[in-house]
Formats: sequence, C-alpha cells, structure tokens
Amino acid sequence: MRRAIRAEWAKTWSDPGTGWLLGALVALSVAVGAVAIAAARCPAAGCGQDPARISLTGVYLGQAVAALVGVAAIGSEYGTGMIGVSLTAIPRRGRLLAAKAVVLAGPVLAASALAAGGSMLTGWLVLPGHGFTAADGFDLASRAMWRAAGGAALYLMLVAVLGLGVTTVVRDSAAAIGIVLGLLYLFPVVAALVSNPATQRRLQQVGPMSAALDSMATAGLPALPLTPWQGLGVVAMWAAGALVLGGAMLRLRDA
Amino acid sequence: MIGAEWVKFRTVRGWILAAVIAAVAIAGFGIAGGVQGSCNQSACTQLVGPGGEAVSDSFYFVHQALAGNGSITARVTSLTSTVRMPGGGARRTVVPWAKAGIILKASLTPGSAYVAIIVTGSHGVAMQDNFTGDIAGPATRAGWLQLARAGATITGYASPDGVRWTRVGTVKLPGLPTTVQGGLFTTSPQYSQTSDGVASISGSPSQSTAVFGQPTLTWHGSTWTGTNVGGSSGGAAGPDTGYARTGSGFAITGSGDIAPATSGASGIGVTIAQTLTGVFVALIILAVIGAMFITAEYRRGLIPVTLTACPRRGKVLAAKAAVIGLVAFAAGLAGASVAVPLGQRLLRSDGAYVWPVTSLTELRVIVGTAAVIALCAVLAAVIALCAVLAVAIGTVLRRGATAVAAVITLIVVPYVLTVPIPVLPLGAADWLMRVTPAAAFAVEQTVIQYPQVDDVYAPAYGYYPLAAWAGCAVLCAWVALALALAYVTLSRRDA
Repeated sequence: MRRAIRAEWAKTWSDPGTGWLLGALVALSVAVGAVAIAAARCPAAGCGQDPARISLTGVYLGQAVAALVGVAAIGSEYGTGMIGVSLTAIPRRGRLLAAKAVVLAGPVLAASALAAGGSMLTGWLVLPGHGFTAADGFDLASRAMWRAAGGAALYLMLVAVLGLGVTTVVRDSAAAIGIVLGLLYLFPVVAALVSNPATQRRLQQVGPMSAALDSMATAGLPALPLTPWQGLGVVAMWAAGALVLGGAMLRLRDA
Repeated sequence: MIGAEWVKFRTVRGWILAAVIAAVAIAGFGIAGGVQGSCNQSACTQLVGPGGEAVSDSFYFVHQALAGNGSITARVTSLTSTVRMPGGGARRTVVPWAKAGIILKASLTPGSAYVAIIVTGSHGVAMQDNFTGDIAGPATRAGWLQLARAGATITGYASPDGVRWTRVGTVKLPGLPTTVQGGLFTTSPQYSQTSDGVASISGSPSQSTAVFGQPTLTWHGSTWTGTNVGGSSGGAAGPDTGYARTGSGFAITGSGDIAPATSGASGIGVTIAQTLTGVFVALIILAVIGAMFITAEYRRGLIPVTLTACPRRGKVLAAKAAVIGLVAFAAGLAGASVAVPLGQRLLRSDGAYVWPVTSLTELRVIVGTAAVIALCAVLAAVIALCAVLAVAIGTVLRRGATAVAAVITLIVVPYVLTVPIPVLPLGAADWLMRVTPAAAFAVEQTVIQYPQVDDVYAPAYGYYPLAAWAGCAVLCAWVALALALAYVTLSRRDA
C-alpha cells in the first residue's frame, strides 16, 4: 500500500496543474468570501445573520474547483490511457483507488483548511466593523466557529473524493464534472422551487450541498434540516458511495 | 463543412441520446411543476386592471356620483403614515408611495378605470391613471390639487397656494362612463425594506391619514359617502380605515394601494420561469457534450485529418460552433415548448397563481431559453478548444473537464447564488447578473418593474437588472470573446 501511495503521489503532484488548481481553490474561496464579507451589514437592531456562513460564502465556488481536482486525479489517466500502465503496476484495483483517494484527500484537505481559515480570518478582521458583535453570536474563538470552518474544509475534501469516485464510474472527465457539479448545484435549485415544505426539507437533507451548509452554520441551528455533524455525514455518505461504486466498477470491467 | 461536422456529431450515439435527455429533462421538470396549490380558485385570482395587467386596488374613498364634465379642487394639508411593527404597536414613518388626493373612478368595483391626482409620501405630486400611467408633478408633500374633466379628457393641476396653478398632465380615458364616482381618497401600500442588504425583506402593512380642506365642485354636489374600496377591513389585524369630518374638510385614513401588482417579495404567485427548472439539467448536459465534441477530436487524433480536409481553421471552428449550437438550440426549443405551455397549465390546475403573459412574451421566453442553452453549449465547446490548446497552465487543465467546470461556474453558480438561494447581498447579486454569462437568464423575466411601486426588485423575485436582449448580448459577448481567443490560438499553434 505504501508503494502504491508513493507512486500515486508522484503521478498526481508532479503535474504542475494540480498545484495550480489547489492554489485556485484557496484564492477563489477567500476572494468570494471577502466580497460577501465586504458587502455584509448588521444593523443595530440585530441582524439574524450567521457570520460563519457569510465568511464561508467562498465554499460555493471553491467546491467547483475541489470537484475539478478530484476529477482530474483519475480523469487524466483515462484521457491518456495511463490507467492501463497504472493497473499493470498495481493490479489490485481496490488498492489503486484507495491510494488515489489518500493522495488526493490529504493535500486537498490542507488547501481547504487554508481556504476556510483565510475566510474566517477575513471575517474576523472586517465583520466587527460592520456591526457584528459578540452579542449577535459573533465570537471567532468559539467552538461553533471552529466547527464551521472545519466543516467547510472537510466538505471540500469530500467533494474532491466524490469527484474521484464519479470519474472512476463514468471514465470521462467532462461527463464526470458535469455529474458532480449537477449533484451539487441542482439540488438547491430544485429544492427552492418545490413548495411542499416536507418535500423541500427532505431534498435539503439529501442534497450534498445543502447538507454541507448545515454543517457550516453557527446560528439558528434548531431550524436547520440537519445538525452540523449529520450534514457532514450526508456528504461523507455521498463521497463514500461514489468511491465504493467506482471501486466496484473498476473491479468488474476493463479499464 | 457543417455537413461533415454534423456527421461527426450524429454518429456518436451517446451524444444524440444526451441531447434528447436534455430536452426531456426540460419538459419533465416543467411538467413536474412542484408548486402545490395553496389557494382555491376564488382566493387566488388576481385582480386585473383595464389594461389586463394584475393590479391592487384598495383605498378609502369619500365619494359621490358625478355626471358629465366638471372639476374638483381640494387642498391636502397633511399626509402622515404609520407602519405596524412586527412585534405589535405602530411607528410613524414616511411611506414613500402613500397616496392621497382626488380621484375620478368608473365605479366602486376594484380594478375599474380611474384617473387621480395625488400627493405622495416622498415622490411629490403625481397624476396617475388606470394603474400603469404615472406623470410626475411638483415635488411637494401638500398643497392644492385639481382634476378637471371634459369628456374623455382629464387634466390635473397642482398649486402650492390655490392661486398659482401648474398643469401636471392630461390623460385621455375613452373608457370612462359619463357618470363616475368622484371624490377624495387615501391609501398606503405595504411598507417593505431590505433588511441587512440581502434579498430578504421585512414588510408590514402601513396606514396613512390625509387631512383635506373643503373640496369645491363645479358639479352641484350631493352628500359624501365613505367606502373602503377593495378593502378587507373589519378583520382584527386589518388597519383601521375610515373618515372623519374636520370642520368643512375631511380626515381620511386608508390602507392598500392603487397600483400595478408586482411579483416581488411583497407580491404573490410564481412566474412562468417556474416551469423552466430543467434548463439547468439540460445546460450541464449540453455543456458536457459541447466540450466532448472538441476534446474527442484531440483524444482520438482526428484533428489533423479534420484540418487536412479543411485547412481554413476559422472555418472548422465556425462549423463546430454552428453544429453544437444548433443541436443545443433544437433540444432547448423542443423541451421549452413543452414545458412552458403545459407546465403553466398544470400549475394553474394545481391552484397556484401564475403571472399571466401574452403569447408573444411566452414565445420570447421559449425561444430565448433555447438560445441561451445553445450559446452556453457553444461557450463550453470553445472554452474546451482553448483549454486543449493551452500550454501555460499544464496538462490537468487541458481537458474538457475544465471547460465544463468553467461554464458551470460562470453560468449556473451566479444564478444559484442570486435566484434560488439568495446568499449574496443585493448589490453583488445585481452586479453578477450584469457581467457574468448568467445575465442571459433575463430572457426568463416576464414581470414588469414599476417605478411607482416600492418593492424589492431582486433577481430572486424574477426581476433582472438587464433587459432580456441586453442580458443575451452579455452572453453573446462572452461567446464572441472565447471564439476570438480560440481563433487566435488555433491559427498560431499546431493542432
């Protein structure tokens, strides 16, 4: 397994594009978060807004880049036919995919943590000047804030793993990114247009993006469809499901 | 050349199947609707004005029947408004479009033709007719008003002192009967304001009281009657309306609005854009096909053959763009022409209020949506070409996946962040809907923004900052830019 991981590491991270993508993940997330933070205002009467959610707005865009990293991790092998070589070197297919997941998840988690930390830091520097006070629940040192930032970082990592799994199933990067981003962005679009509250809540519980948003909240928790850890659990199930399906497909058919 | 590219597209069974799935997705989501009727036929029919548009028409009216030609003059000494606070109690404030003045109305039936000259909370004097007409007058909050009728022609005058008069405007209302209900009125719309700059608003009913001096009529006057037109007064929560004599004049308290209805935050119902949710599924599918249409040539090594057959690279580019664009247009058109008419009918039969549109607008929405899908597919194809030819950033980016991700983040993400889940502040949302390719979703706008109605005109409520054609022009500019970039790289580089 260690040899597999080392081989995958060399393959994935010797490509300068991967590093660029991780840089883009951090830069875009922090930039979008900064725009949302700059525009947010909390009137004196109390705003009822969640400072953590505002700070972490960049996740909406960052997840697209994270998905792209995950898709590229195996998609480029299918694109170039490298997958044949990889499977000759490591014939145990489950092991190959597991090594890929490990090699992908570590650096993506580090970049995501940087993105979430940078966004929270921007919020901490700017939001008190816009009327957010400790009285509104704005306390950067609180456990809830740390949990929200950690939730965002773990979410981005899980999205990358989801991308890896889906690409292994469909064996084409363009189709895979379409499916992953469709899963992420279409659930909330459909949920917003459903007026039956029970169906809407169900869709929000099942959709990976809306579930992840619940894990990044620090205010109004009882009203949310899921608790923060449940939300992260839903995303983890999506990612694990895609990975297991991908592993099964890899085992069952020719690459 | 287009023929050759079409053969290349047609012979890949998966692409044709995906285009069909895209069309079916639009139609399917449209028919699935989603809105369960929360109201029965009688409660949810929207009042319509003489022009056929949806209106609100409720105000407190002190009136008498007036036959033939003549004029009414009255002085408005003050107009004060209070807003009910959500927690209870009331707060005095300025309601910008609180209205008080003189009105001639065809009948006491809500929605009937009218002409009025009014003072407003903060928009000065205005002459308004038949809900959509609005002529601005002097910027005063009180003063003398006059309405003079000569047949179908009604002229409004305003004066600060009752001596020096200025003509505000003249309107022709051929539909006005000989005998009308004329007199004084006050009304006060829903007071809405954006809280915290996000598209969530807090609105609460307001009521206004106007103090009028003795009205003078050239008709021989009879007795004045007070009627709460179109109002639901009497309820425990409803604002108190009514009138009292103050010496020779009146103090009239009203609540409601005489204005076109809007679908905004304080409005009701859904627009026909509700039937077009499937567009996003189709858009993602066709962006994927668009990108694959290009990358497949490179992956299979077909591109040298293509360029040998047709060495003019611009021509190859144009033919590819035309084929993918036409396929996407056909899929979008097929899907939308089922989704919009059928989805609309199903929403109505489920009891939802769908904002009425003319068949011309409906056609614009259908064709416009198909055009947006086509342009997005072309954009994906062209970005894929640029990505394939790019050398600077590295091999990971030289894949169709980047093009698909770029198109989705440029089009779907701005839409998602402003319309279904408005997390962005209003200013940022408007800005995104002006510069990103998502501006083209303005083709789905069917509701009209009226300057004389205060509402939150945000993309989340179906109001886009750009007109339909301007939004499409933004998307076209993106496509043109990408095409130019692709043309330059394609002619400089080896394939």
